[in-house]
Amino acid sequence: MEKPVSSSRPKVAIKGIRDGLLVTVDDAGAWEDAQEALLEAIGSQAEFFQGARVALDVGTRPLKAAQMGKLRDLLGDFGITLWAVVSESPKTQETARSLGMATRLSRPAPAPRRPAPSPAGEEALLVHRTLRSGMRIAFPGHVVVIGNVHPGAEIVAGGNIVVWGRLRGVAHAGADGNESAVVCALDLSPTQLRIAGRVATAPPRRGRPAPEMASVKDGQVVAEPWDGK
Amino acid sequence: MPGTVLTITSGKGGVGKTTATANIAAALASRGEKVVCLDADIGLRNLDLVLGLENRIVYDLVDVVEGRCRLRQAMIRDKRLPNLFLIPAAQTRDKTAVSPTDMVQLCNELRQDYDWVLIDSPAGIERGFRNAIAPADQVLVVTNPEVSAVRDADRIIGLIEAEEKGPARLLLNRLNPALVREGNMLDAEDVLELLAIDLLGVVPEDESVVVSANRGTPVALDANSRAGLAFRNIARRLLGEDVPLMPLEDSGGLLQRLGRLFGKGD
Repeated sequence: MEKPVSSSRPKVAIKGIRDGLLVTVDDAGAWEDAQEALLEAIGSQAEFFQGARVALDVGTRPLKAAQMGKLRDLLGDFGITLWAVVSESPKTQETARSLGMATRLSRPAPAPRRPAPSPAGEEALLVHRTLRSGMRIAFPGHVVVIGNVHPGAEIVAGGNIVVWGRLRGVAHAGADGNESAVVCALDLSPTQLRIAGRVATAPPRRGRPAPEMASVKDGQVVAEPWDGK
Repeated sequence: MPGTVLTITSGKGGVGKTTATANIAAALASRGEKVVCLDADIGLRNLDLVLGLENRIVYDLVDVVEGRCRLRQAMIRDKRLPNLFLIPAAQTRDKTAVSPTDMVQLCNELRQDYDWVLIDSPAGIERGFRNAIAPADQVLVVTNPEVSAVRDADRIIGLIEAEEKGPARLLLNRLNPALVREGNMLDAEDVLELLAIDLLGVVPEDESVVVSANRGTPVALDANSRAGLAFRNIARRLLGEDVPLMPLEDSGGLLQRLGRLFGKGD
């Protein structure tokens, strides 16, 4: 017998949800086949889908931006808006965020829990790239950026924010009310800096930039040179 | 060898995308390259005006995509440069008349016969931008030395990266040397520091650009224009030549330069 032909074509399921339609593609077969099956399913009911808002669940498939962008465009040809891509794959989630799409079907209630400090450390999101205008990173734990944060970009963290680079966008640490959160950067020149409910703007820089750490002291956001103590 | 698709975009409107497209196309064509310009700004077409070809439009991009004419029929040959062509945008439709998939197919066809396909992108970050960016091999971001234009350029560079079309290169347009010298305008270094991408060229502010655009004659064909020289240099860099950035102003006589040195101004 020859190589078995993959008869397990990806299956596509469609159901209505509060925010429009949820289309689920299972994990069988290559993405190209899944995409084809999906477009076929939609093409057979093109009128039904015209103008629809669709969220897509791709299971564990890791999707690249080019693949997701292409699918969004192909769906656009049917008059469909792809607003969210749900996946267990971190790669796919990142791709969806970079294309400005949601990765969850509904906004989760803000997590009130503070992750208990443990010797093993706390949960943090590492972002190794330049954050340009219009990009937004939101994470319940800490956020660490290796790269610059340009004006117009925004970071919201439940915990601390560390920028190994120049911070010129908006940074909000301790977003769920933690006043002990800090913001550190090699060059701390944010458009606006928030810690918990307190807001501050950076004074114009004088002289050479040096690493600084901002924290709340006596109810005020203050930035102090980083001296490693 | 298939040609290169170069998309010229900006985010903000009015920074000189169309002028840059027309002039880079003319400069490439005058060096013997086969060039076709595609106006992707459906509903607000301008490239035909800047190239002085408006009165020869019969068919447009949307006619090609919707199958009302063959690709050849929509291509207008430039009157000065026999290897420069324009595919105009439709004026009576909007951006949704064309999809990114259509653009990819169209450019794959054009790529076979032309060395360069230059796409003039509309302003904005919506459908028109995605149409223009979908087929791109290279992307050129045009900005002016103004904070608002630079901020929008930063946004668009991020979107280009997200579409995996990067790294984009930068064209800094309308730099005013006198204002930079007085410290009242961002200079090329400031802008590059903000955007952190490679610079393809700097075009100085030059009245002859406006005059020639109104006449429908690209300034790149004017041997005496400094902006024209800047666009010709950009075309040479696209062709892989190593051309240094030109000095931004006529250096003037020795006395004048000395005067400047001693802070007398001129």
